[in-house]
Amino acid sequence: MNARTDFTKTDGVAAAAVLASAIGVFITGSLTTLAEISDSLKTALEWSGAVGPLIGKTGVGVIAWLIIWPIFHALWRGKVVNFSAIYIVSVILIALGWFLTFPPVFEAFSG
Amino acid sequence: MTMTEREFWTVLHGMVFGTVFLLAFTGGFACLWSLKRVLITEPGIKERIKRLIIGMWTMAIMAWLTVISGTYIVYPWYRAGDPGSPRSLLLANPDTQAWHTFGMEWKEHVGWFAPILATAAAFIVTYYGASLAEKNRLRKAVLVLFTIAFASSAVAGLFGALLNKVAPIQ
Repeated sequence: MNARTDFTKTDGVAAAAVLASAIGVFITGSLTTLAEISDSLKTALEWSGAVGPLIGKTGVGVIAWLIIWPIFHALWRGKVVNFSAIYIVSVILIALGWFLTFPPVFEAFSG
Repeated sequence: MTMTEREFWTVLHGMVFGTVFLLAFTGGFACLWSLKRVLITEPGIKERIKRLIIGMWTMAIMAWLTVISGTYIVYPWYRAGDPGSPRSLLLANPDTQAWHTFGMEWKEHVGWFAPILATAAAFIVTYYGASLAEKNRLRKAVLVLFTIAFASSAVAGLFGALLNKVAPIQ
């Protein structure tokens, strides 16, 4: 396999990797804020007493990422996708994920 | 010259895993930035892509080791319920509460973005290999992912270092 052969690969695989990682980040960020809104969710995410709800917030984000990525990968491998649109959506999701983990933001929802 | 078990893990988490990730970023970024067919010969691209793949996966693995050791080993000591734990000490004093409510709360969540994004970036570099030198749009997208991973890790690393100064885990 040489560089010229690689050039024939479509952007589908990259789009799947970028969007899946962005969704993982967004879910982690969302759960960070949602756990401040809902005490029952916070309790449900506390899979370990020593670590607290952090284990559930990050665990769900990582598990979702690991499930979503192979699905998108299988769907888009070898396909021509609108990479620009997927990339913009991904950047927005990552920005929202960051925003939702910023303490002044999620503390504003704290009960 | 001795260290407690807790100090050892705190150093390993922050000074070894975290610092290797942050230091390696500059090299990886520069390599990816200049990976353009117009700037490098075909053999040069092939030689560079091998180093880039090794570097990107090293960074992704370091990022995973950092968050896993931080969350599952060091963090329980930090947030222990006893009055002498770093969290308890910070919250007991109004002048230091923000170190926990802002610094630690942000660090513990945003730090997890680094391994997810770094893994995606490493995978894309591995999959597309030398063709990234031709795919300018894709190369730029990887640079952005890679930079956000770095920024996430930098926030976590900065607050980790400051928190360990204000309320060390001992």
